[in-house]
Amino acid sequence: MSKFGHKDLFGMGQLSVRDIQLILDTAESLKEISERDIKKVPTLRGKSVVNFFYEPSTRTRTSFEMAAKRLSADTVSLSVSTSSMVKGETLIDTARNIQAMNPDLIVLRHSSSGAPQLLAREVKACVINAGDGINEHPTQALLDLFTIREKKGKIEGLKVVITGDISHSRVARSDIIGLTKMGAEVTVSGPPTMIPPGIEDFGVQVVHDPAEAVKEKDVVMMLRIQLERQGKALFPGLREYAVFFGLNREVLKQAKKDAIVMHPGPINRGVEITDDVADGPQSVILDQVTNGVAVRMAVMYLLMGGTKE
Amino acid sequence: MITWIQSGVVVDPVRCVQEELDLIIERGKIKQILPWGEFGEKSPQVRIINASGRLVVPGLIDMHVHLREPGHEYKETIASGAKAGAKGGFTALACMPNTEPSNDCRSVTEFILEQARRAGFARIYPVAAITKGQKGEMLTEFGDLRKAGAVAVSDDGFSVVNSEVMRRALEYARYHGLMVISHSEDRNLSNGGVMHEGVVSTRIGLKGIPAASEEIIVFREISLSTLTGCPVHIAHVSTAGSVELIRRAKEKGIPVTAETAPHYFSLDHSKVVGYDTNAKMNPPLRTPEDVEAIKKGLSEGVIDAIATDHAPHSPLEKELEFDKAAFGIIGLETALPLTLKLVQSGVLDLPEAIGKLSLNPAKILGVQGGRLETGASADLALIDPEYEYELREEDILSRSRNSPWIGETLKGRNELTMVEGKIVWEKDA
Repeated sequence: MSKFGHKDLFGMGQLSVRDIQLILDTAESLKEISERDIKKVPTLRGKSVVNFFYEPSTRTRTSFEMAAKRLSADTVSLSVSTSSMVKGETLIDTARNIQAMNPDLIVLRHSSSGAPQLLAREVKACVINAGDGINEHPTQALLDLFTIREKKGKIEGLKVVITGDISHSRVARSDIIGLTKMGAEVTVSGPPTMIPPGIEDFGVQVVHDPAEAVKEKDVVMMLRIQLERQGKALFPGLREYAVFFGLNREVLKQAKKDAIVMHPGPINRGVEITDDVADGPQSVILDQVTNGVAVRMAVMYLLMGGTKE
Repeated sequence: MITWIQSGVVVDPVRCVQEELDLIIERGKIKQILPWGEFGEKSPQVRIINASGRLVVPGLIDMHVHLREPGHEYKETIASGAKAGAKGGFTALACMPNTEPSNDCRSVTEFILEQARRAGFARIYPVAAITKGQKGEMLTEFGDLRKAGAVAVSDDGFSVVNSEVMRRALEYARYHGLMVISHSEDRNLSNGGVMHEGVVSTRIGLKGIPAASEEIIVFREISLSTLTGCPVHIAHVSTAGSVELIRRAKEKGIPVTAETAPHYFSLDHSKVVGYDTNAKMNPPLRTPEDVEAIKKGLSEGVIDAIATDHAPHSPLEKELEFDKAAFGIIGLETALPLTLKLVQSGVLDLPEAIGKLSLNPAKILGVQGGRLETGASADLALIDPEYEYELREEDILSRSRNSPWIGETLKGRNELTMVEGKIVWEKDA
């Protein structure tokens, strides 16, 4: 039995290889619960979980909520439109008020990098970062690792390419940290305007040309292009992006025959990925969503003092 | 009454020496300077200040502070800022115009000077805005502002975006004897950035401000100074590239001067890891290489002055998510020990260091001070360079506490500050 030594999950940076393995192993044993007729275990009965979303999110919030409910925790969801944030309350004040109601775990999605650390300073509850600014999105990286391990049987030694707006992607940051920690070989790709300075320090290779970047890869991960950035300095438009940086069948042929295609969602069909690839036999995009619930159950369980038998 | 500052080591940035001298002060002026033991007069009319083991330095002059009054008195007032300055060894402060309303007309300048007179503690030199409302469009009334007591103009916090406006400001300011101080930042390039753009911003996911956003405008100011022959002063230099541009300009004889702030030679961008909003300032903390270049620039005289950019903010602006927090830290009560550290590490000798905090800013602004000589006003500070202490939040006199050095051990402390022969601050016995 090994205990998980963290109260909060801010990012992949804080996790050791053993921590990550423990989370993935725990998720594996919990995944089966979601396949039962009665999808509920009493593990977190009597615990309260607050889902606190300062940014719109469907998939992540639903996933966390389902994970908490399947562990029998009581859940409350707060979003921007229902919280006092619209009335001008600061994050610290909101945190103190939530703490006053004594929850056990807070899941935070926030547009500012570092917001979970600020929140954790003010509350006794465990904090899970469900995405902070352009910094990290650790449960996404964990579910990606889980999915890769499930499909490929291992992570170490695999060749992975991540393509898109690396600069503004918390998913990319967390995935890069997690994958390199677990021994994968990571390449990042995308237009030079979307590759941040010093990214090589993460131990990744930069290959701008997507076809070149995809060559011989085991895993091809596409990032969502944020539509609101088009026409500004980062890229001229969606059409051009799709032509030069999108993933289509032709480009995918460069990867290994058994390569898997991943995307954190929501996808822009016809922009970063074509329909036939997104829905094709190599796509594991919906498996990622399924695994997200199991991984989040594992993280909640471990943070709240659970052990893995 | 006569004041006798006895047995101190007098630091003279004019001649670049430190000597065992006594100072005799009468009617607010330095009356005599003479070697230890030569002054014999002993009468009840002589007040003796024992300066044994202490440095006697010209009153420090901070050419770049934000005193927040009028408009943001909950952060700082002219009185609280001047008092914090006096504690830090400063006898004069030049305050930036980004108040509310901004100091862009005679009445605001006069108000600032009136508040300063009421407060005492330190001489206050208002820096007026270059453009009305600091909007970068219409020049303010330089002549009127000069007459009211402004010593320089700056749109600090913003660059004057329009190069034509900046050119005319340089030309018109010289005629009225006002220095133009440039906050050098290309906002289109830095827009939305909250820390230095580099490996750390990439690692912790914060939007970066590239070094080039400063250097582009530093280069423009140097070009405009070349074009017009008018002097320009570059505020808070933070990058190696800026130091290099200024070095070359000085070599060519272009009338450019520059200041940096203690945080730019003491801290680098790794301080932001952990999202401490007291590591957030504009320009941002840069790389360790930039820090070294700033030190070299100071040591080689490329950077003339050390100014704090004292920027008080309350928890309302600082206890927030990093990207939403205000830029800036307080500096008046830490500038001296941080500068003395440069002396301990051999970057500057003591008279040079004190010169960058007194004589040089006085020369740039065209104000008195920085000199301990017969006939000069007795503006001075008494420093114990060996005293070590922990900076505690409760000891800070500024109304705001936004300092990254709280809890740190500092070495070197001001013990007594005198303006025109009057003691305005003295450490508790």
